[in-house]
Amino acid sequence: MYRLAYQLPLLLLVLLSAPLYAVFETYTFETPEQERIYKKLTEELRCLVCQNQNIAGSNAELAQDLRKKAYEQVKQGKSENEVKTWMVDRYGDFVLYSPPVKGTTMFLWAGPLIFLLIAFVVLWRIGRARRKQTSETQPVDEHSLEQARHMLENKES
Amino acid sequence: MKSLRYLIPLLIFAALLALMLKGLGQDPKEVPSPLVGKPAPAFTAQQLHVPEKQFSASDLKGNVWMLNVWASWCFSCRAEHELVTRMAREHGITVVGLNYKDEPADAKAWLRQFGNPYVTSVMDQAGDIGIEYGVYGVPESFIIDKSGVIRRKVIGPINDSPDEKPQNSVEQLLAFMSKLETE
Repeated sequence: MYRLAYQLPLLLLVLLSAPLYAVFETYTFETPEQERIYKKLTEELRCLVCQNQNIAGSNAELAQDLRKKAYEQVKQGKSENEVKTWMVDRYGDFVLYSPPVKGTTMFLWAGPLIFLLIAFVVLWRIGRARRKQTSETQPVDEHSLEQARHMLENKES
Repeated sequence: MKSLRYLIPLLIFAALLALMLKGLGQDPKEVPSPLVGKPAPAFTAQQLHVPEKQFSASDLKGNVWMLNVWASWCFSCRAEHELVTRMAREHGITVVGLNYKDEPADAKAWLRQFGNPYVTSVMDQAGDIGIEYGVYGVPESFIIDKSGVIRRKVIGPINDSPDEKPQNSVEQLLAFMSKLETE
């Protein structure tokens, strides 16, 4: 009982802290909608210096600057897409965590589906081959059975 | 026909291998710039040595020039500085410095110590011009043609060693710029 009382809060702490992002500046917004757009943007824009972090979770100088730019634009009433386009115009698609669907990224998006389809086709073909094999099995006639029994029985001698 | 079927997984494997080998050769830190082929973003900024005078990117229209992003706090800028100097002094390249997020006093001291190859250096203390140009690390350089279009972005230091990125080599950049001169 003592152990549980000790471990449970610890576990909760670990679980609850995981989804939280470090917040470096406190920006104030005029509407909750603006705040929502800003939060979404900073979570979806990549920090180019520390490439595996979004700009919400990075304290690199460039991330701070990009957060400021995002904030300023959101405050001016720009939409999520307008800010994203602004970022992409300067830093390219790489700045977005989820790449846009277009010619060059088609394989990236369709790839998993294609592989899944291939897997299904292969599975289906294997299954068909098995069924064919089973149905082709000939019933054993009584004479061969008798022969086999005879061979087994005389094994010891 | 049946025997060839066993080659299919091998072919898929080979294709995957080729794709991955190609990926290995790429530098993930190098983000292709969407600005190549687009007009260089306009900016007007104070000059480092004469703050009362402004410099605009459009001042150099009609020239092939290089915008070199540097800072006194940037260690690899020191490494490429000698080469930038060589490009300017020996090959007559017009180089404009973009002094990125720096203190003017530090920047001036740095140029006194290492030499000043720049026609002028403009100050970008807030890093705003840097963002307009999609700068995400220093040093970076942009080669701009006569009509003011960015033709090439050099990410990381310029080099003169065959062991390093050939696209950043002085020879390639000089050849590229002299080709632009003839356009």
